[in-house]
Amino acid sequence: MSRAIFIPRDGLHPVLDRLSAEMDVWVPVASGPQKCGGEFVRYVPGTVPVLERQSTTPPKRILLPQVESLLSYAYVKDPEDASRVKINLQAEIAAKPTVVFGARPCDVRGFLLFDRVFTGGPFQDEYYRKRRENTFFATLVCRQWDAACFCSSVGSGPADMEGSDLRLTPLEDGFLVEAINRRAHPILKLMGGEQPTKTQLEAAENLQKETTEEQVGTGDLTHSGDDFRGRFEDLEYWRSMVSQCISCGVCTFVCPTCYCFSITDEMQGLEGERLRSWDSCMFYQYTLEASGHNPRPSKFERYRNRIGHKFSFIPAKYAGMIGCCGCGRCIRSCPVSIDIRKVVENLKENACACS
Amino acid sequence: MHAHNPYLPELATVKEVIQETHNIRTLRIVLDDEEKMRRFVFRPGQVGQLSVFGVGESTFVINSPPSCKEYLQFSVMRAGEVTQRIHQLSAGDPIGVRAPLGNGFCFEELKGKDILFVGGGIGMAPLRTLLLHMIDHRADYGDIMIIYGARSPQDLCYRYEFDKWREGKVDLVLTVDSEFPGWKGRVGFVPTVLTEEAPSPHNRVAIVCGPPIMIKFVLFNLKELGFQSDQILTTLEKRMKCGIGICGRCNIGTNYVCVDGPVFSVAQLQGMVPEL
Ligand SMILES: Cc1cc2nc3c(=O)[nH]c(=O)nc-3n(C[C@H](O)[C@H](O)[C@H](O)COP(=O)(O)OP(=O)(O)OC[C@H]3O[C@@H](n4cnc5c(N)ncnc54)[C@H](O)[C@@H]3O)c2cc1C
Ligand code: SF4
Ligand code: SF4
Ligand code: FES
Repeated sequence: MSRAIFIPRDGLHPVLDRLSAEMDVWVPVASGPQKCGGEFVRYVPGTVPVLERQSTTPPKRILLPQVESLLSYAYVKDPEDASRVKINLQAEIAAKPTVVFGARPCDVRGFLLFDRVFTGGPFQDEYYRKRRENTFFATLVCRQWDAACFCSSVGSGPADMEGSDLRLTPLEDGFLVEAINRRAHPILKLMGGEQPTKTQLEAAENLQKETTEEQVGTGDLTHSGDDFRGRFEDLEYWRSMVSQCISCGVCTFVCPTCYCFSITDEMQGLEGERLRSWDSCMFYQYTLEASGHNPRPSKFERYRNRIGHKFSFIPAKYAGMIGCCGCGRCIRSCPVSIDIRKVVENLKENACACS
Repeated sequence: MHAHNPYLPELATVKEVIQETHNIRTLRIVLDDEEKMRRFVFRPGQVGQLSVFGVGESTFVINSPPSCKEYLQFSVMRAGEVTQRIHQLSAGDPIGVRAPLGNGFCFEELKGKDILFVGGGIGMAPLRTLLLHMIDHRADYGDIMIIYGARSPQDLCYRYEFDKWREGKVDLVLTVDSEFPGWKGRVGFVPTVLTEEAPSPHNRVAIVCGPPIMIKFVLFNLKELGFQSDQILTTLEKRMKCGIGICGRCNIGTNYVCVDGPVFSVAQLQGMVPEL
């Protein structure tokens, strides 16, 4: 069986139509009023994928929906004793086979962290695990980095296929699609496509090689844990770095590695649901305790925790893994232009805190 | 806990409610699944997430001793939405519980030691479970002293069982903040009474639980008495959601209070980022 197929540029729709008849397919599309943004949506015949630029929001909600029901409950009369009330409790954990077509290496890297957090113990999040096991990533060899990208500074790179199942290499006249693990073979078969020519295979190999050698972003941010600890109590530093922050939480919303969530109950009549929804550590309420005490009362402590979590706590907890994939989304989306790279670079002692 | 889904609470029923103080109620609950109730094991200091379906979940210490197989006991201070609704429950009402969660006390390492409990207000709840466990195994421990304080005599929890504690050969020192008619115990703040009692730090472990301001001064006074950081244990409170080390809510640096805590030694706290 072939491990690679070629999809001509005008042949994308038939391939995605075939795939989406069998499973959920998510693709990046243009979004926003001027259509200059991008987001992942479920493909239906006719959807126009935009594979030429990074999406504004990452595919994170495919595996961690913005809101999902963890369980549902109903208050009912006890059949054995009508004077008493009982609870009917139900939790449904289901997942459909899913392909994410056209993610980028940074997008997928976010899920490597999620895998550790949600399924690495001590407790297993079955809702996530089921979806993850049923999801396949067809990931682009990325050629569209911009000034905000820095994936190579955090131990990844524009051709990094860790966590992916299929590799999409963009060629002049189409895409070479290769299965990079066994579980991807049936997907490739479903796609159909053409037998790639020798020239196409060579062109793809050259582009992959070239891309692997690219350095996206300057410097190395992977060993910032000690510098962070050194700066922890330097409130002047945090003030100088993030005084403009308005605690809007956009940086966490667009981040492929941010997964913090809240759990709340909703009720209508005698029935209700327990919902899990995205939350943000940039909000005052996030750590506010019932007594009124708040361990992170100001935006400085909150931003500090965001940096610490990504560059110090996660690496310490998960064998050096960095909690940032260098996608640059927080930099592009921040309304006051806070640049996380600068904040991390300047952690180093003697680094000028005013640059 | 449901092994396959840690977010799914066990259904339980409130068996008994005890009004401890004007804002603290104790609930005794029984898991509806009899087999699970019989097999329920936990360490003193572990917590449970109580669910009022439709309102939400909150974290409370299981304050019955592990030897008690008839019910799980929680003492709940009214603080906000969930605790308010828990206070409205009465015997026979359904409730949900996810437990046991958290690390609990390392009571094995406390064997052979003298013990000092220092508690304030609702802070007596986590101490009660360990105290009763120690009374159950009294020969394993040396001298046990408790300094327990509250604003007024009416604000002390578990008043109805103080005599029983004393029968377990523990030295119970009670204190209230100011004079009250008929009060025969001490008068003064917990940290001051601690310094007056001056228990020897030799071969002793202090376990401190209460409001943050009390903890702060008690730790200071314990140091003055010669206690080392690794001789002092305390429990931390942080806002929690999942309770299982996933949602990221309760971190202090790399430590998650919900799985690495809530019990920490002061020596451990000193190694953590200062963000309490
Ligand atoms: C490990 C641990 C053990 C605890 N043991 C006890 C106990 O034995 N008895 C007792 O009375 N209280 C205890 N608490 C505190 C108790 O959990 C809070 O008072 C309670 O969650 C407040 O909930 P609420 O909905 O009434 O308040 P709201 O202000 O309405 O809070 C909304 C939500 O915030 C969260 N929250 C707010 N404050 C806290 C807090 N301090 N800790 C954790 N989550 C919070 C909860 O998720 C709650 O559902 C403990 C807390 C922790 C972390
Ligand atoms: S912190 Fe910023 S650059 Fe890093 S992964 Fe998140 S959004 Fe991307
Ligand atoms: S996006 Fe910018 S302003 Fe908004 S919370 Fe993040 S750092 Fe602050
Ligand atoms: S409460 Fe969710 S990680 Fe601790």
